Amino acid sequence: MSESTKSSRWALWLPLAIFAAFVVLAVAGLLWPAQREVASAMIGKPLPEFNLPAAVPDRPSLSKADFADGKPRLLNIFASWCIPCAVESPQLAQLSAAGVEIHGIAIRDRTEDVSSFLARNGNPFSRIGRDDVSQVQLGIGSSGVPETFVIDGKGVIRYQHIGDIRPEQVPMILEKLQEAAQ
Amino acid sequence: MRAFLLFLLAFFAAPVAAQDTMPPAPFAYRQLDDPAQEEKAQALMETVRCLKCQSQSIADSDAPMAGDMRSQIRMRIAAGEDPEAIRAWLVERYGDYVSYSPRITSLTWPLFAIPVVLMTLAFLLLRRRFGRKGDV
Repeated sequence: MSESTKSSRWALWLPLAIFAAFVVLAVAGLLWPAQREVASAMIGKPLPEFNLPAAVPDRPSLSKADFADGKPRLLNIFASWCIPCAVESPQLAQLSAAGVEIHGIAIRDRTEDVSSFLARNGNPFSRIGRDDVSQVQLGIGSSGVPETFVIDGKGVIRYQHIGDIRPEQVPMILEKLQEAAQ
Repeated sequence: MRAFLLFLLAFFAAPVAAQDTMPPAPFAYRQLDDPAQEEKAQALMETVRCLKCQSQSIADSDAPMAGDMRSQIRMRIAAGEDPEAIRAWLVERYGDYVSYSPRITSLTWPLFAIPVVLMTLAFLLLRRRFGRKGDV
């Protein structure tokens, strides 16, 4: 058998091999879809300067200065029109009951809608700012609602949780707050 | 009777508000008055990824957040900010993924190097082949 026929016999299988590789790639892409969350690149950086008006009459407004008193706390990005935000409210209530201070930012929301959302789901927030044009949301690299940020006592972003906080994730959030306190 | 009503109810979808009812941000759908500035803003908006609908640029997307991003970009360009400075500001917050115009970094250099290497290789191979033919 000459060299050339040997190599052409191998070449005969090449298209099938390439096709098989493509099938494997396509199936892998279907079974393990790519991560669609865009993580903030602001972890370890201070909050940007901001000063938001109050979202509801019974909670004060929110600015960067409210995060710089030496105590770590949570910043929850939410909206009354967001379903998972209502789903996570028992977890926020649990965190609040554990002594965690939670500041909220309502994204593109009306006062009456936020009020009725809080009346329905409970109000774990000590302050709620109103961000009508997602200005602070863009400033901290958040790409959706709900998101929860751990902010340390100097106003530095220490951790970002994307999506609603599930009941089993509450201890993890408490741990992150403890890390931020050190 | 109650069970029957519930059964009937199952056939009707309860509409759920999935998006806000707020009006769009001031410059989400309004062009800048200065055509030169609007052109700069448009060029930038076409190369910034929408974070809600990630295969669209913010220029193509009707997601409220994309509108907020367009408004902020237009307002900052109207205030005299350089488009590339705004892109850098966004990359600082969301990482390289937010920009459709790739930068050369320690991670992305093969994207730029591989075509050059392949072209050089093809050129050398072709030259050898044609060179040999020339000899015959």
